[in-house]
Amino acid sequence: MSEFTQLGVKAIRDGVAAGDFTAREVAEAFNAAVADAAALNAFIVTTPDHALASADAVDAKRAKGENLGIMGGVPIGMKDLFATKGVQTTAASHILEGFKPEYESTVSQNLWNAGAGMLGKLNLDQFAMGSSNETSYFGNVNSPWRKAGSNAAMSPGGSSGGSSSAVAARIAPAATGTDTGGSIRQPAAFAGITGIKPTYGRCSRWGVVAFASSLDQAGPMARSVEDCAIMLEAMAGFDPKDATSLKMDVPAWEKGLNADLKGEKIGIPREYRMDGTDAEILDCWERGKQWLRDAGAEIVDISLPHTKYALPAYYIIAPAEASSNLARYDGVRYGLRDLPEGAGLQDMYAATRAAGFGDEVKRRVLIGTYVLSAGFYDAYYTQAQKVRALVARDFEQAWTQCDAILAPTTPTASFPLGSLSDDPLTMYLNDVFAVPASLAGLPAMSVPAMLNSDGLPLGLQLIGKPFDEQGVLNAGLAIQQRAEFEAQPERWW
Amino acid sequence: MSVTREEVAKIASLARIAMDDAALERMVPELNGILNWVEQLGEVDVTGVEPMTAVIPNQLRLRDDVVDAIPETAGGRRDDVLANAPAAEHGFFGVPKVIE
Repeated sequence: MSEFTQLGVKAIRDGVAAGDFTAREVAEAFNAAVADAAALNAFIVTTPDHALASADAVDAKRAKGENLGIMGGVPIGMKDLFATKGVQTTAASHILEGFKPEYESTVSQNLWNAGAGMLGKLNLDQFAMGSSNETSYFGNVNSPWRKAGSNAAMSPGGSSGGSSSAVAARIAPAATGTDTGGSIRQPAAFAGITGIKPTYGRCSRWGVVAFASSLDQAGPMARSVEDCAIMLEAMAGFDPKDATSLKMDVPAWEKGLNADLKGEKIGIPREYRMDGTDAEILDCWERGKQWLRDAGAEIVDISLPHTKYALPAYYIIAPAEASSNLARYDGVRYGLRDLPEGAGLQDMYAATRAAGFGDEVKRRVLIGTYVLSAGFYDAYYTQAQKVRALVARDFEQAWTQCDAILAPTTPTASFPLGSLSDDPLTMYLNDVFAVPASLAGLPAMSVPAMLNSDGLPLGLQLIGKPFDEQGVLNAGLAIQQRAEFEAQPERWW
Repeated sequence: MSVTREEVAKIASLARIAMDDAALERMVPELNGILNWVEQLGEVDVTGVEPMTAVIPNQLRLRDDVVDAIPETAGGRRDDVLANAPAAEHGFFGVPKVIE
């Protein structure tokens, strides 16, 4: 049974279609692996029956000779930020504990329509706010990886930490993630897996618990570039229910994969070489350049002058939008209600939100409230939006010199759980290389490149032009083929 | 710029988050750390730069003027809307008394 859990999206889909095995066998194997991996705390709820029902439907279609869909027979993990009908959806918060949506998010529905099934709802940082998966109300997620010679619990990254942990541990062949300021790419890098955030607007935000609406994008996390291409095709597409959804056809990314980069120019942004960056991260970046040269690309130096200001701009814009989005949690319409004895409506709101939000969420809601408040709006929020425009302009200018950009995904490898949680600012710096592409709405992916001297994975990031997911995937494929990253965490759970 | 304890209490009140003295004490240095760090944005010359509101060029669409065109967001779904309410009563959201 366990050999099924070594299979990725493409291998499962093609094997089921060819009749080498049934979708049910695969679902059973992953359900068992999930049940056996409680120590990772990757799932908030498991849904083995959903996985089996979807598998049976695919097997029945095959018996009738019908089309199985591009994810036919693949059981996946669903980040618990996507509303799933009748299945608890919490955003890893207490305030939404017990919430069972009456509707299905567009992205999850697209995946079910493509033949995928659901293993369960994956843990995350609360409301996707965090970079280590330590802000979940349902407990930290453990990375399956550990430093060589140490038993210290390591961070799977965040916010899609349940997703990265589950895929790296081979208890799910793939998982959904969402990326607001690096929440797909940073956990993918920490866990030695692949993840892509598409251009803003490719994937519908309808039914995704909102954090920062101008930044939030869903994307796949899986074990290879091919698997990400397949799953992104299933997830993406125009949705009239999302006002910012792109009215564009979904390209055939899987068919378009091509690792020959002859004639392509790959930019290396000099501002990403920051003081104090880990020597092994810089070495990894050098290898990446060599791999891309080997694939036929020309490496060119570029400048993204406002890089240093992207992170502080993000930490104004994202909390501002969050403070507005999270105003809906009021103890009236859904979720938790805390009604102290004799309290009025206003006291009920305040008590409910005090009890229902974790510390990091409160911190960001307060920052957001402050920067949007009268007298401070222009100094903080408008200034940040102007800086955001400059960060985006930097990229526009770079595209006159190159077709895609190569950079590290993170400034360090994974760190032990608890080691940064007392210091929000140091934690925020984890996303320093990821945030600029988010602010500019660009497609960006992380591909595993190597293990560092502690035996922990390091990822390389590829950033592309708007709508050019194909260029990002292709450069990622060229790296994947040369990095030959096949390391797996040793099982301890 | 930095915020005082009283200012944090005011922000918490605007954000409708109840905070006791201990929570306020903890929050003041954390918020100031973040606010001092974002101050660096003031260095950036933004002369003539329009604040960005939409990141990818997109057109605002109008939907067809058809009643209940999209079933999920259409009317007639009172029970669904109330299904997760902590205190649904008589087909409405129940709240504590707001008028004395």
